[in-house]
Amino acid sequence: MSTEYEVVIGLEVHAELKTKTKIFCSCPTEFGGEENTHVCPGCLGFPGTLPIMNKKAVEYAVRAGLALNCEIQEYSKFDRKHYFYPDLPTAYQISQFEFPICKAGYVEIAVNGKKKKIRLNRIHLEEDAGKLLHSGNSITSSQYSLADYNRSGMGLIELVSEPDLSSAEEARTYLEKLRAVLEYTGVSDVKMEQGSLRCDANISLRPVGSSKLGTKTEIKNMNSYRSLQRALEYEIERQREVLEEGGTIIQETRGWDEEKGITSSMRSKEEADDYRYFSDPDLPPIVLEPAWVEEIRASLPELPDAKKDRLVMELGLSEYDADIITGSRALADFFDKTVTLFNEPKTVANWVMGEYLRLLNAEGTEVQESKVSPEKMAALLKSQATGKISGKMAKAVFEEMFMTGKDPEKIIKEKGLVQISDTDALGEIVEKVLAANPQSVADYQAGKEKALGFLVGQVMKETKGQANPGVVNGLLKQKLTD
Amino acid sequence: MSSLLGLTAHQLQGLLEKKEISSEDLVKEHLTRIAQSEEQIKAFVTVTGQEALQQARTIDEKRSRGEQPGSLAGIPLALTDNLCTQGIKTTASSRMLRDFRPPYNAAVVEKLQEAGAVSVGKCNLDEFGLGASTENSAFFPTHNPYGEQAVPGGACGGAAAAVAAQEVVFALGSDTGGSLRQPASFCGVIGLKPTYGAVSRYGLIACASSLDQVGCFTRDMTDCALVMNVIYGRDAKDSTSVSFPAGDFTKFLVNDVKGLKIGIPREYLQEVNDPRITAYLQQAAAKLEELGAVCEEVSLPHTAEAASCYNLILAAEVSSNLARYDGVQYGLRVQGEDLVSMYKKSRSQGFGEEVKKQIILGTYVLSSGQYEDYYLQALKVRTLIKEDFAQVLSKYDCLLTPATPTAAFDFGAIKDNLSLLTSLNTLTCPANLAGIPALSLPFGTAAQGSPCGLQLLGRAFGEETLLRVGYALEQNTNLTQPSPAVKGEM
Repeated sequence: MSTEYEVVIGLEVHAELKTKTKIFCSCPTEFGGEENTHVCPGCLGFPGTLPIMNKKAVEYAVRAGLALNCEIQEYSKFDRKHYFYPDLPTAYQISQFEFPICKAGYVEIAVNGKKKKIRLNRIHLEEDAGKLLHSGNSITSSQYSLADYNRSGMGLIELVSEPDLSSAEEARTYLEKLRAVLEYTGVSDVKMEQGSLRCDANISLRPVGSSKLGTKTEIKNMNSYRSLQRALEYEIERQREVLEEGGTIIQETRGWDEEKGITSSMRSKEEADDYRYFSDPDLPPIVLEPAWVEEIRASLPELPDAKKDRLVMELGLSEYDADIITGSRALADFFDKTVTLFNEPKTVANWVMGEYLRLLNAEGTEVQESKVSPEKMAALLKSQATGKISGKMAKAVFEEMFMTGKDPEKIIKEKGLVQISDTDALGEIVEKVLAANPQSVADYQAGKEKALGFLVGQVMKETKGQANPGVVNGLLKQKLTD
Repeated sequence: MSSLLGLTAHQLQGLLEKKEISSEDLVKEHLTRIAQSEEQIKAFVTVTGQEALQQARTIDEKRSRGEQPGSLAGIPLALTDNLCTQGIKTTASSRMLRDFRPPYNAAVVEKLQEAGAVSVGKCNLDEFGLGASTENSAFFPTHNPYGEQAVPGGACGGAAAAVAAQEVVFALGSDTGGSLRQPASFCGVIGLKPTYGAVSRYGLIACASSLDQVGCFTRDMTDCALVMNVIYGRDAKDSTSVSFPAGDFTKFLVNDVKGLKIGIPREYLQEVNDPRITAYLQQAAAKLEELGAVCEEVSLPHTAEAASCYNLILAAEVSSNLARYDGVQYGLRVQGEDLVSMYKKSRSQGFGEEVKKQIILGTYVLSSGQYEDYYLQALKVRTLIKEDFAQVLSKYDCLLTPATPTAAFDFGAIKDNLSLLTSLNTLTCPANLAGIPALSLPFGTAAQGSPCGLQLLGRAFGEETLLRVGYALEQNTNLTQPSPAVKGEM
């Protein structure tokens, strides 16, 4: 009989802080500058330079902590984490080891309609390292490597979860939830593809019912939500196979290979660095004023969970719809603003989740960059609601509006899209269609409801699609029962 | 014109203000002196004569236009070579940084420049500040101006010797466990280690960050106060620096110690192995009592543990601070077949023996499994030492101790002489562990006519008392050392 295993996953998530300057110097943090242009002696680790705490970075860490229900620590301090690597100029990373700025938080996730609380162990502040570009595949196999220190000294928060996640899907959902919270609070850009959100996973399996944790592996190099899920699914199966064959899991760090779709060993526990943490003597501890923390709390925006609840309870959206809309702050804000201009939340939700998201994804555009404003969206929906244009027309108008950013009224005018709702005008056409299709009339009267659709279609054809389908429907029914 | 060598900054200021001399002449005279005496002393790693003359001429021009050129305008000084100077080699007396030219100035260098002081060069030290004799310099040892066989002390032996040999009027250096006070004692000059945080460490090549402080060597107490006026104060580039409430330090140069309570820690006297030093200390105490102070023996019970505690904290922080010298961005790079071998070769060839010893020890005491037994214990002892001082200094205004257990020893004497090194450290490192200010001032001569000094320890930010007591001793005793016999004397 085979043993049933349960999966235990914890995530370590790094989010780059959206501060204007680096965490310990005044270099800019903009993404994509020319190599080694956003650097100074400080973030290059030159002799005699000293770190200066960026207050905004502290504020952002507190912000994230409050939004994730953490206990904000009045006292926290920085430690040095030592290891040699060319992307780390001082050969130590300034991080918070002993006393992190936030402890014991949680977020709620929902997978398959089941809600679950995922606990955070801690959030701490630290600095990022630079980037290396190898002439070959890796630093050991390369003839030379180039170093870019623009990223060196950028502020990060590391969010460490408890091992509360029990599937790859939960892990992904949790990461998406963190992403949303960090985006809502303005703490980070959270763009995985640009590296402003990064994630490592600790994963182990244990027999169901066992309280002892199995030997874990640490998975690295997962650069998207999809690769996180794939990597964990792969690793779960790999570990299951090893255990089922009576083998043992080796505690090690494994890298995810996106192309091959496998994880493979990077280094074992024995090869792991001894980081030799100790308090950084160059930085005084952070002592937070409770009043300042409260100020930050008061400035928090409506968070994804609260927003979702409001969308469901007050606006009558389904859980599913509310989840998708609140998945990103930009989308949720777009929705909210549109609803204030056109107060039919469900219609707005359908459009936002349907046409709008479809085109955003197809074009690879962000809400912030989109040419469609809530004002234009609302104007379009009004035109449809008043019957000026049909739903089909509205879609066509929307698509053009999405591409060009033109006002919907202008597009309607240019295309000559006017819906015929006038019962007198449509009445004549209806009569004509009925006269020309006696068989369908007979079918309908014999109880074949389908025939009505055919007749509506004929009227639409006669009017080149400009007839108001609702009005046509009503007219037909009336004439057929007369 | 009689020689300007050997005059103090405040004496020279008077002459400069009255335009009896020019800064250019003053700098020239000191450069000449350097040219003559360096063969014997070897205080300098780099002499920046051209830059100094240029700066002196600028000061003279300012003065001739009637502009105020700064409080130390035109006065020649030397910088220990672990203070960064923009575009000028800053080596920390290490092969690792032999050709390192920082793109920035240390905060104190900026402040001195604003005050118009003229740096004539960079002085030798024990590599990265690790040593007590300058014998650990990667380049050459510096000789004590009072005796060619004697060390000048260390780590900042070069700067102390430069002041003593009248190559400069004053000098700056750093003190991690006695690196200013001990060479000051051996070279017969004043050495001040300020309260931790009183002077910015920005641009000081770090040895042990929680112990390092930038301070000065001067010929008298007035110059000491004048230099303090320039270098003290909070600096936004050093988050451990604080604003100092004192204002003008020269106002504490009053010949009055009436009512001051001065403690003499008995544990410090036990370290002394030259009876003349004990006698000098008693003479000084008697003089202070005569002037109206009260001197009493006190106890700092954890003094015996200070040196071991210091050794561990020093090594731990050195191992961390010196990790950056890996051959990647600056400093010595020795190519290897791969990354790790490049690291190993660069660090093996770039660092000297003492530095390597400290790095190995520090790496060990911070490693997992050892941290609790060594580093953490050292931190606890450090707290006890701080408490010792807090307790005694709540009852006493300052403490009077010997600065060194002996006068300057000969080259080679300290190598493997652990008890001498421990005694040296025991007298000076507690002030660094506790972060309190400490001043070494010359007081008499010990064996072979070489100088030795007394030390004053004060409360954190209690520099005022050190200045008062030091000034009273200076005014009422004969502190002045006979000038050393330096070759090439005019």
